[in-house]
Amino acid sequence: MNKLDVKTLNTLLSTFGPSGNEGAVREFIKSEIEEHVDEVQIDALGNLIARKKGIGKKIMLAGHMDQIGLMVTYIDKEGFLRFTNIGGVSPTISLSQRVVFENGTIGVIGSEHLESVKDLKLDKMYIDIGASSKEEAEKIISIGDVCGYHNPPIIDDLKVISPSLDDRIGCYIMMETIKNLKESPNDLYFVFTVQEELGLRGARTSAYRVEPDIGIAYDVTMTGDTPKARTMSLKMGEGFAIKAKDNSMISHPGLKNHLVKEAKNQNATYQIEVLEFGGTDSGAIHLSKEGVPSSVISIPTRYIHSTCEMVSNKDVLGAINYSTKLLTKEFDF
Amino acid sequence: MLLKNLCELKGVAGNEKAVRDFIKKDLETAGKNTTIDRLGNLIVTNGVNSDIHIGITAHMDEVGLMVKGIDDSGLIRFTNVGGLDPRVLVSKVIEIGDEDIPGVIGAKPIHMQKSEERKKAFTIDQLYIDIGTESKEETEKYVSPGDYINFISPFEPFGNHKVKAKALDNRVGCFMVMELIKMNLPIEITGIFTVQEELGLRGSQVAANNLDADLILVLEGTTCGDLTEVEPHLQTTELGKGPAISLMDRTSIYQRSLVDKLTAVADYHKIPWQYRRNSFGGNDAGRFQHSKGGTPCLSVATPCRYIHSPVSVMDERDFEGMKKLLTLFIEDLSKGGVL
Repeated sequence: MNKLDVKTLNTLLSTFGPSGNEGAVREFIKSEIEEHVDEVQIDALGNLIARKKGIGKKIMLAGHMDQIGLMVTYIDKEGFLRFTNIGGVSPTISLSQRVVFENGTIGVIGSEHLESVKDLKLDKMYIDIGASSKEEAEKIISIGDVCGYHNPPIIDDLKVISPSLDDRIGCYIMMETIKNLKESPNDLYFVFTVQEELGLRGARTSAYRVEPDIGIAYDVTMTGDTPKARTMSLKMGEGFAIKAKDNSMISHPGLKNHLVKEAKNQNATYQIEVLEFGGTDSGAIHLSKEGVPSSVISIPTRYIHSTCEMVSNKDVLGAINYSTKLLTKEFDF
Repeated sequence: MLLKNLCELKGVAGNEKAVRDFIKKDLETAGKNTTIDRLGNLIVTNGVNSDIHIGITAHMDEVGLMVKGIDDSGLIRFTNVGGLDPRVLVSKVIEIGDEDIPGVIGAKPIHMQKSEERKKAFTIDQLYIDIGTESKEETEKYVSPGDYINFISPFEPFGNHKVKAKALDNRVGCFMVMELIKMNLPIEITGIFTVQEELGLRGSQVAANNLDADLILVLEGTTCGDLTEVEPHLQTTELGKGPAISLMDRTSIYQRSLVDKLTAVADYHKIPWQYRRNSFGGNDAGRFQHSKGGTPCLSVATPCRYIHSPVSVMDERDFEGMKKLLTLFIEDLSKGGVL
């Protein structure tokens, strides 16, 4: 495969899905993959579990459907909405951005007058949906409603830009892998998880249910390739990454070596990732029940948790081709 | 009155025995089966069999103090058990250990403080407990490191439908669970009274692994910040505006469809209610929701001012509203079609 499926990716990135509100994303993914898998289940928390049956080891592949967002906590007399964060939301990045609610309402984020930009905190900020009173606002939005950054995706020959690449790009790689995969000796569970941004919650419950022998998450990771960036060896466009470590886990050495060996066998362009903060679903999977050897296949991504996360098409396509071949073979380590 | 009894019992996190024994006896008298797990959680069944099985839970523990050491003078040094603001501690009356040794929390008096000291609140290390003894040896006859320290704060109704007491967080929840278990509602209910919630949801982490329910209701006394200096959008709940229903907190995000079903019942029966309006704090739902394969949870609470202090205040009407709402909601659940 050498080209992105722009239509599918565009829909996936545009679909509403802040943590805890992954329903629309789940429905879309389900409709895309249903005919390519043997079983589809949705668990109590909303994880989508798609199984491609095999007689070999049980492998759980996980990508999270949710993205960061905001939840309305209070509507004032003038119709402005106060909010709290869902996941890691930066006040600086949020200022003056557009947000979109599930019902399509679009608002902008403003701030109280502050003496210094250093005083900018989320509780000094509000969402303006253009309503002129509490009553008018309440006709459209209720307390507890959630929204995400509104910034339609851009997909060209080089790159993809979207606020929901974390982690729809992981979901996309899994979906394409499912579609490409013909035969596998492994018992594959593709799990599209919920609430990763709130602390790997969906991965925790789905791993308990699946009881995998091996866990592999697909997620975004930082890069160190922008001007005066924090030191990190990963570069966008130089291949997907095989994780050595982040703050939620250290990759199982046997599994990591297997992933590296397979990448070499395939002549795939890859990088090794050491992330000094953050975590992924594998952090929850590897500690499930009696422990699960786990690792992560990462996509180097610039501007994570902003309105314009950016990935390279080459890295995404590389990850899809690699995963397809990887899962066609047994995992011996 | 049951709630008064519950609030006045000693139950600092890790030392919930008195509360557990009281609840156990009351529910066994009502003919219910109880068990206690290895961490001390009390589990009760209402004896009904139905297709739908719900869990109702509240934590028994409260925040408090523990003896850390004894000075040569006989004064006692202590540490906090659970989240306590040291600024609320000075000059409070307490009791220590199983023998209920009375004491007071003291600090350097104002006359002896330097002017810059007066501008700062005492830290917990600058406070001590005085039990009226004169030497280390004498204190050691009554108190030893590790002893739990409890606030003395009687449960008293006052003002306009208000109640003041210690430990409303979370004896309010315990009371609710007891009532709902005893009501003989037509649905299988397991009541779970957890330990050590205030130390990081520890009891529930274990209890959740022994429970298979379709829905879990987590009942609480929750923070109430309806004070003039707190801006309206930062107030969690308001006293007198009805039970507070959670949307999100630090440990859970609740399924909106379930929240909407609960609020619809309140609206239909014209029971005032409010959202718990910000995402501070966490509760046992964080464990019940994410243990094993996951279980949907709802959190409902009575707003309580000044929680995590020796005196908290609630409005009886919120409390009555919460009980009525939960009863009606559970009746709806028992008819099926809600979950």
